[in-house]
Amino acid sequence: MIVMQDIYKTYANGVTALNGINVNIDQGEFVYVVGPSGAGKSTFIKLIFQEVKPTKGSIMVNDKDLTTLKSKHIPFLRRDIGVVYQDFKLLPKFTVYENIAFALEVLEESPRNIRRRVMEVLDQVGLKNKARFIPDELSGGEQQRVSIARAIVNHPKLLIADEPTGNLDPETSWEIMRVLESINATGTTILMATHSKEIVNTIKKRVIAIEDGLIVRDEHRGEYGYEI
Amino acid sequence: MKFRTFKRHFREGSKNIWRNSWMTIASIGAVTTTLLLVGAFLALMLNLNHVADNLEEDVQIKVLVDLTADDKEIEAVGEQIKDIAEVDTVDFSTKEEELRSLVDSMGEEGGAWELYEQDNPLNNAYIVKTTDPQDTMKIAGEIEKIDKVEKVNYGQDVVQNLFQFNEYARNIGLVLIFALVFTAIFLISNTIKITIMARSKEIGIMKLVGATNWFIRWPFFVEGLLLGVLGSILPIIILLTGYYYLDNSTTALDQFSFMTLLDFHPFAWQLAGLILLIGAAIGVWGSVMSVRKFLKV
Ligand SMILES: Nc1ncnc2c1ncn2[C@@H]1O[C@H](COP(=O)(O)OP(=O)(O)O)[C@@H](O)[C@H]1O
Ligand SMILES: [Mg+2]
Repeated sequence: MIVMQDIYKTYANGVTALNGINVNIDQGEFVYVVGPSGAGKSTFIKLIFQEVKPTKGSIMVNDKDLTTLKSKHIPFLRRDIGVVYQDFKLLPKFTVYENIAFALEVLEESPRNIRRRVMEVLDQVGLKNKARFIPDELSGGEQQRVSIARAIVNHPKLLIADEPTGNLDPETSWEIMRVLESINATGTTILMATHSKEIVNTIKKRVIAIEDGLIVRDEHRGEYGYEI
Repeated sequence: MKFRTFKRHFREGSKNIWRNSWMTIASIGAVTTTLLLVGAFLALMLNLNHVADNLEEDVQIKVLVDLTADDKEIEAVGEQIKDIAEVDTVDFSTKEEELRSLVDSMGEEGGAWELYEQDNPLNNAYIVKTTDPQDTMKIAGEIEKIDKVEKVNYGQDVVQNLFQFNEYARNIGLVLIFALVFTAIFLISNTIKITIMARSKEIGIMKLVGATNWFIRWPFFVEGLLLGVLGSILPIIILLTGYYYLDNSTTALDQFSFMTLLDFHPFAWQLAGLILLIGAAIGVWGSVMSVRKFLKV
């Protein structure tokens, strides 16, 4: 599903964020990406949906070779990948319903399918009664659930989350994790960068640890491995 | 693009008008101010042009035929005038008719002239109109050279000044309209710059969710179009009402036959249509500018 070979990334300001990454992630896996701040976790994740382009190396996602992908095809790549951010990235003037529907509208789905599917995911994340609210009227946990709903509304094979619980209190974080696990149970691959030792050590999954732009550890049913 | 997506863009564009209410008010304000100025000015310009045309219409050449000319020679003069390419109409006016119109134009005092009916000192004349009033001077010169033409009158000084004035008026009008349009562009592009900053984050999010550039652009176009149209409503109402009252009021200027306004119908409606079009164009143009630089990545 995701194959990276010898990936290097140096930003325009000269900072080298990734220093030769090799990784292979299969369909249906649940993977944590851990490591200290500034290690390169976000950069690693952004490569997958081309928010960042590698300086060197090759990436294949969903059998698409991203190194040769033309920029006008990037939107189509992104439609197959759901992304969840620490800061939610919801459209502030759009209602919960409109935020989620947007991801289907870009696919030119019929209004009837859009309505049905949006209500379905709203139910899945437990926000059916908040469809007409705007993001500012929701708690952090609710906003994150909206952004998860938006990420999965078009049945992506891959869901990427960059510290999705980073801004949430522990209890809300567990709620979000339950939602992510249920999504993973339907066969969706999940790749999640996190700082939460409790989560990684409790819900045991594959752990990839990045330090100074290199993968220093990659183990199935792994531990967080850092003292915070 | 599927038709339902087109409908979706139209719906989104309209919603954005409500979602960004402050920007909407600012943009409509800018468009309204601009169109009011442009509209008032256009009305003024076009009417000035109309008056100028009226005046030019009235310009005619009076060709006085030599008193010694016999009927045949008089006719020959007429034929030669007609042969000049730029001449539109040629009317013959006998010296009796000339006297009559002179007497009439004198009113009360005209009576004295009636004495001359026995021994008319006036010339037979041709009244010549040119296809293009601008040719008057040139053609008058040509007619003067014809045999048995005594004199050519066309209000020499007046005509020259009139044409000069009309040309100035037209040029100044054009310059002012350009100046206005530039001011408008400046005003609106500033409003839009603010809009962009407010929206850049939004556009970024849309792209991360997989929207193509065109998918993002369309609602902006619709929004711009609607803002332009909304911004033209007030100017149209004001100009239509204002013009209606002006057209129906009598002023001191009415005593001059050439001082007529263009008729309310159809002129005012055409002006309204033009303002609507300009408004829509400004709106779409503004939105094209506003999204362009944010869609590069
Ligand atoms: N857009 C950017 N421009 C320049 N440097 C960046 C950019 N994004 C991240 N970096 C740098 O790259 C390194 C890795 O950052 P990041 O991938 O965000 O790490 P993490 O998510 O693990 O904290 C850091 O040194 C960071 O300062
Ligand atoms: Mg990060």
